[in-house]
Amino acid sequence: MSFIEMVQTYWLYFLVGRYPEGPLGGLALTLLLAVCGLLLALPLGLLLGLGRVSPWPWLRRPVTALVFVVRGTPLLMVVFWAYFFLPGVTGVKTDQFSTMLIALVVFDGAYLAEIVRAGIQGLPKGQYECARALGLSHLGAMRLVVLPQALRHMLPSLVNQLVSSIKETSLGYIIGLTEVSFVTTQINTLVFTLPLQLYAILALTYFILCFGLSRFAFWLERRLARRQSAAPLHPHVAT
Amino acid sequence: MPTFDLALLTRGHYHDLLLAGLTLSLELLVITLVLALPFSLLIALARLSPWPVLRWAGFGLVEGVRNVPLLAQMLFWYFGAPELLPDASREWLYGHNFEAIAAVVALLFYTSAFLSEDIRSGIRAVPQVQTEAARALGLGYLATLRLVVLPQALRITVPPLISQTLNLWKNTSIATVIGTAELMYQAGQVESATFRSIEAFSFATASYLIVSLLITGLSALYQHHFPARSA
Repeated sequence: MSFIEMVQTYWLYFLVGRYPEGPLGGLALTLLLAVCGLLLALPLGLLLGLGRVSPWPWLRRPVTALVFVVRGTPLLMVVFWAYFFLPGVTGVKTDQFSTMLIALVVFDGAYLAEIVRAGIQGLPKGQYECARALGLSHLGAMRLVVLPQALRHMLPSLVNQLVSSIKETSLGYIIGLTEVSFVTTQINTLVFTLPLQLYAILALTYFILCFGLSRFAFWLERRLARRQSAAPLHPHVAT
Repeated sequence: MPTFDLALLTRGHYHDLLLAGLTLSLELLVITLVLALPFSLLIALARLSPWPVLRWAGFGLVEGVRNVPLLAQMLFWYFGAPELLPDASREWLYGHNFEAIAAVVALLFYTSAFLSEDIRSGIRAVPQVQTEAARALGLGYLATLRLVVLPQALRITVPPLISQTLNLWKNTSIATVIGTAELMYQAGQVESATFRSIEAFSFATASYLIVSLLITGLSALYQHHFPARSA
């Protein structure tokens, strides 16, 4: 089978898997998983981030421990735990998509928590103290004064987080999720003679997607910095 | 709920398998790190060099590697790249633990791309006047780098370098996709042989965590003893 023939035969399979006859797969599934994962990880990251800076030790300590444990283990480990133990704990057989989604949400949630924490702690302390002095409670001060300022700086980091998210979905390969890396390996098994070209296409696909997005984040960051240049500057959020 | 069988982890065949996996994971970490340090320094220097060709090559390499998932790169080096080699050397590779070699190559490129960016910003953090003063004293471009800029830059680079080491440690687990017999792979093997998934994965998780904590502790120790100096 020549290269052209391979592309003609399998391009649709590469993009959407066996959809619409079968389940969605390929590149479309990769994107869907990355976007869903990030959207669900955001609220979790926000909650965990608030927990990390909370004044109550009974909340701060377990959240800190959780964040440290998740950040100290590979994502693959989280995927395996989700894959082998979710069915045991919930009693429901979870499919690969939900398993991977849950693993991604937990993993990215812990990383986002640190971005949120850095954003909150990067603000001048006076902001929080003034809000408290004006009579706002801790949560009121967070919600009305600190978070609106901290989150604005997070926008470029979020686009970068989407790039990481897309890269992380590739681990679905290991539990048999039919995302684009898995589909490519299937095509490789069927074609057999063109592994170099096939995996180069896979790498190029990821590259175009992720490089485009990270350039977009770069552009966004500069635009936000220009807008802010009139206003007093805040320290940048570490990614 | 079956009880936690600690004996499985403390002795016997499965204990040996898991320990062999941990050893290989640590070997991947150390070998990759030793190779990645000079390689990433070269990339960083290329990206800061006065020659546009080198700058663009460095930029292309770093962006190309950073924007492709490590898993896809492992698949590429393991399945795709051998096609480029002549038959004889391919045979030789397949006979010499090619899984581990491909894993090291993929990890080397991936880690070096991130590391070179840290080194580059370390070099850029050294004030420009240092270079100018060195050049004015008659040092050449390379001598300026070697004697004046790099000794200051590398000191700034150590904390991000340690955090990249932590990432590298976690990334070694991805080598399991191409069948490198590292810790994650062995934990999977033990799980499928004994159905003792909690034991096998607890061992793996604890090992990853302990090494991660050691690396984090190293970073804290360094920052305690050598706090950032303002130039």
